[in-house]
Amino acid sequence: MKKIYLGIDVGSVSTNLIAFASPEEMLASVYLRTYGQPIQAIQEGLKQIVTLLGKAEVAGVGVTGSGRALAAVMTGADVVKNEITAHAVAASFVVPDVQTVVEIGGQDSKLIILRQGVVTDFAMNTVCAAGTGSFLDQQAARIGISIEEFGPQALKAKNPVRIAGRCAVFAESDMIHKQQQGHSLEDILAGLCEALVRNYLNNVGKGKEILAPVVFQGGVAANAGMCQAFNRALNIEVIVPKQYNVMGAFGAALLAREAKLESSSFRGFELIDRHFSSNGFDCQGCANRCEVVEFREGERVLARWGDRCGKWSNAVAV
Amino acid sequence: MKVTFPHMGNVWVILKTFLAGMGLEVIVPPPCTRRTLEIGVRQAPESACLPLKVNLGNFLEAKSLGADTIVMAGGVGPCRIGYYAQIQREILQDMGCDYEMIVLEPPDVHLSEVWDKLKYLKRRPWRKVLQGFILAWYKACAVDALEQEVMALRPLEAKPGLVDALYRKAILQIDAAGSKRQLRKIVRETVAEMVALPRQREYPILRIGVVGEIYTVLEPMVNLNLEKRLGAMGVEVVRKLFISRWINDNLFKGILPLPSHHAEKLAPPFLNHFVGGHGWESVGDTVAFARQGLDGVIQLAPLTCMPEIVAHSVMPAVQQATGLPVMTIYLDEQTGEAGLQTRLEAFFDMLQWQKGKRTG
Repeated sequence: MKKIYLGIDVGSVSTNLIAFASPEEMLASVYLRTYGQPIQAIQEGLKQIVTLLGKAEVAGVGVTGSGRALAAVMTGADVVKNEITAHAVAASFVVPDVQTVVEIGGQDSKLIILRQGVVTDFAMNTVCAAGTGSFLDQQAARIGISIEEFGPQALKAKNPVRIAGRCAVFAESDMIHKQQQGHSLEDILAGLCEALVRNYLNNVGKGKEILAPVVFQGGVAANAGMCQAFNRALNIEVIVPKQYNVMGAFGAALLAREAKLESSSFRGFELIDRHFSSNGFDCQGCANRCEVVEFREGERVLARWGDRCGKWSNAVAV
Repeated sequence: MKVTFPHMGNVWVILKTFLAGMGLEVIVPPPCTRRTLEIGVRQAPESACLPLKVNLGNFLEAKSLGADTIVMAGGVGPCRIGYYAQIQREILQDMGCDYEMIVLEPPDVHLSEVWDKLKYLKRRPWRKVLQGFILAWYKACAVDALEQEVMALRPLEAKPGLVDALYRKAILQIDAAGSKRQLRKIVRETVAEMVALPRQREYPILRIGVVGEIYTVLEPMVNLNLEKRLGAMGVEVVRKLFISRWINDNLFKGILPLPSHHAEKLAPPFLNHFVGGHGWESVGDTVAFARQGLDGVIQLAPLTCMPEIVAHSVMPAVQQATGLPVMTIYLDEQTGEAGLQTRLEAFFDMLQWQKGKRTG
């Protein structure tokens, strides 16, 4: 039986899992919506991995994404890494001489600068989510096209309209205005892509030196309109890797492999059928009123987090 | 007269001693918590920077404990702190919250401005006031001596949290202490206990300098316990901002032989003059940290802080000239800690990666 490495990326919008025996050959890749329920998403993802591969022996598990703490406790992960590192590792595996990674996901966007294979600088969006996947989703839904059609439609544009990209709310009112003026849908979509790229370069890029090769990854990289807008704005042909939407999970699995473990602390595929639950309560210990999260398997408390003083999180051995 | 003052890290220990030495009844506001922030934010103008809002929260919480007079710091430089006291006074007045506000700030015209205010406050002979001041000074030194130990030992301890527990206990002892001798004993014994704690490593994995605006650097509630987070990752935090050094630099004009910032020597050619707040010092300290061979620098500032924005804008040049990575973090009302944690972890990985490349 093959020994596989698992990578799990629990993001705000999507939960992705990948499995490989050697990183050159991806055995399984699962892309799921999180729908605000990371526990169910992880279980569903693992179920699909089992369906695809059978109950393979797991040599290592890496987790990343904003839900990494929960995923780590739940699965018994060997490596828990932040998204920036995971994405950088994945990108430099796919394109070894990569100097810039543009990653745009559901709720956040990142820019990672690498030189000679080492991360030298990075940035994440801070105050604005205008350029991220959720906003594109929302606009596609408003116009009544599927997100899959968005890119191809934008590519047909002859004369992209100018849309203010500083703020999602203003971008939307600008779009509506242009629509009512009678501009074609293609031109508006392409204009929106250009606005979002400008927003990204101003808010996240902020004067950082963007050099080729540029790898563009994350769910939004599926949008051909966004790729074209980046190509034009940077004057560089961006590279979209084949696994663009699961690069975080891929990076996490690579890190698990790099850790060269004797044996994995993975808690087994049985956890698909176990009952996990989480609930929160406000600690009344002081005026901080920390929102403590309690994570349980059946009746047993696996972990608590969210307290500032450590009163609860130290109470359970993790 | 029951006096209170705003919180900034452990400064309460020092101010309490000083004001009590003047013969005043002192009401220390409850420690800064999310509640403090919430009630401050509710009353303050949205575009004001964070310290003003948290201060307001402190005043309102102290009011419910019976305080009727505020001793507030001011300033005459380009930083907005010069306006704080005035705005806060207006806000409190509008709310119908009855407070007298006394603003201690560097004299604009004549030294007598400060003198008159102190004379107005004091209830005991000057000799007693001076004694209180000297005791407060020794407390500042004791607190900072411990703080430095804590920063060096956090990354080494086997079970994160034990050093901090001893530290918290010692701060309360320092608060209660009444003589230099007692203070020495507290520091000596606490350090011995901290050093004896079980360790998981003998050297920190990385050493990161912290620079920036003094309030965000010194108040853990506002910087979301940045130093504790870094310590738990195995990072030794190094900084040049300490309250005792601040007193020495600003009140004693640097006559005591304590380490100082020397921005005037280090910050040029990146930044050639004072820009308000600690902007100049942030740049100078970053250069100093590069020379000390630290692995990276984190700059902290409240969102919209003008002096630090100026410093931020020259940081890329400092970074390029010294090769020292700098990450700037703006702090505001948000209490979501995941974003900060992710950035810290990513910065940590990046520095470790670079370090590995240099040595390996």
